[in-house]
Amino acid sequence: MKKLNQLTIKEAREGLRKKKFSSLELTRTCLERIKRLDKKIKAFLTVSERESLEQARKSDKILNQPPVATNRQVLLGIPVAVKDNFCTEGMRTTAASTVLENYFPVYDATVVQRLKEAGAIIIGKTNMDAWAHGSSTETSQFFTTRNPWDLGRLPGGSSGGSAAAIIADEVIGAVGSETAGSIRQPAAWCGMVGFKPTYGRVSRYGLIAMASSLDSPGPMTKTIEDAAFVLQALAGQDKMDATTSPKEVPDYLMALEKKLPGLKIGIPKEYFLEGMNKEVVAVVQGAIKVLEKLGMRIKEVSLLDPQYSVAVYTILQRSEVSSNLARYDGLRYGNDRASFGEEAKRRIMLGTYALSSGYYEQYYLKAQKVRTLICQDFDRVFSQVNLLVAPTSPSVALKVGASLDDPMFGEIQDILVEASTLAGLPGVNLPCGFSKEGLPIGMQIIGPQFSEELLFQAGHAYEQATDWHKRRPKLT
Amino acid sequence: MEKKVVEHVALLASLSLSQKEIKKFQKQLTDILAYIGQLEELKTQAVEPTSQVTGLKNVFREDESRPSLSQDEVLSGTKKVHNGMFKTKAIFE
Repeated sequence: MKKLNQLTIKEAREGLRKKKFSSLELTRTCLERIKRLDKKIKAFLTVSERESLEQARKSDKILNQPPVATNRQVLLGIPVAVKDNFCTEGMRTTAASTVLENYFPVYDATVVQRLKEAGAIIIGKTNMDAWAHGSSTETSQFFTTRNPWDLGRLPGGSSGGSAAAIIADEVIGAVGSETAGSIRQPAAWCGMVGFKPTYGRVSRYGLIAMASSLDSPGPMTKTIEDAAFVLQALAGQDKMDATTSPKEVPDYLMALEKKLPGLKIGIPKEYFLEGMNKEVVAVVQGAIKVLEKLGMRIKEVSLLDPQYSVAVYTILQRSEVSSNLARYDGLRYGNDRASFGEEAKRRIMLGTYALSSGYYEQYYLKAQKVRTLICQDFDRVFSQVNLLVAPTSPSVALKVGASLDDPMFGEIQDILVEASTLAGLPGVNLPCGFSKEGLPIGMQIIGPQFSEELLFQAGHAYEQATDWHKRRPKLT
Repeated sequence: MEKKVVEHVALLASLSLSQKEIKKFQKQLTDILAYIGQLEELKTQAVEPTSQVTGLKNVFREDESRPSLSQDEVLSGTKKVHNGMFKTKAIFE
């Protein structure tokens, strides 16, 4: 019998509607789990106990009304964790930086508003790499989140707190953000589902900006179906974010029920890097065989060497970062620029240099042109196949301390996700096995822009044929 | 990277760096730029730059005022206020 905190969003919704338990009981169980475990896992920067219990009581009142009132709210009564770079009104928001250690936003990010409109209970804010600068959660200026599968290892990043909170069953659902791998990579290292939507599918209003042309909020959940529930709540045009798409949001949950169409899956040979962890290669190849058994046609394809996307991403991201972090002057809120950590300073420095007079053409403009080549490369491949499948991360979770002293740690760890993020494509990590040491390995499915329905369908088919998504670390 | 270049960039970025940090960044920034140099291998003369991938253009709204934040809300983030304004260092004598 599952404990309430171990439920998926789907199971929790069903249980709440069938009155098997209340939202108050569900929320309490999660809070107790957090109290017991989080000093070891350190997923949370802020836990909002009083408010979430109050919200749970309000949810229970609504749940006791006839179902027609509750059906629109897809996440009613469900406790979720939100990465600490989303502004939450009246709830401390730090982006894991001491610059914002006492910042209390006066407004909610659109993502937070939509979670609330969907009835979700925001149980707390999760740890991350400071300013989302990283792929380890080690650059957080507060503490390092631990990987629940091995507390001596990193959860990945920058959405490491959300990933850890989910796989440790501290919450039922979570939200993260990705600029290049920050949803997919911690999902791979923690063995759970991390869904990065198409750029512009979900509003960035109120998301503390890292790289404005790349940032993509998205669900981090226990199953792919849960990710569909969350994305359904979040997706859609927003007047406050001019880069959001006017395209209608499809019914993702209905897509899951449709019969899987015949799919051609491309496997980019350049994404199986020389010298890559052999277990990762073997496990992902095994997962591809499962896709084949499910009726998908597998075809090897060729993409631009991913090493170029590392260079492009480094320049574009750090340039946009230097601009976005210019607003932190300590005058209107927050501490002054002396509080920036080393990683933030380094990125600001490189970005400022790449944009400065005399260097702009050589670096920033060049990177933008190669970005065009990367987009064209994907267009070409997607005329031959429907989706791409590859490993998400070149390694399994690394040990705590691995990211320190490496000025390009993040960008190199994210070599397999940078190209797709530069092209604004959606991608999802699915857990697909473990290393001999018991560390999770993930595969990613990438699709053309706005192909989220296909990603959900393919991912759901894979999940139903396997049980990796049911595995949990032993935690006492 | 020369020390004076690092110092100039730090000035542009409003970051005050210690001597130790300047030295560290001299080396690290040089290393990073060397890595990035591989972009020169790709031909981009006839290629248009991409600044954003949405394909959207001219996303406008009517120039009408909407509910916004109150003055108190805006000033609530700091103690350095005076007469309903933010206090800052003088830039003119």
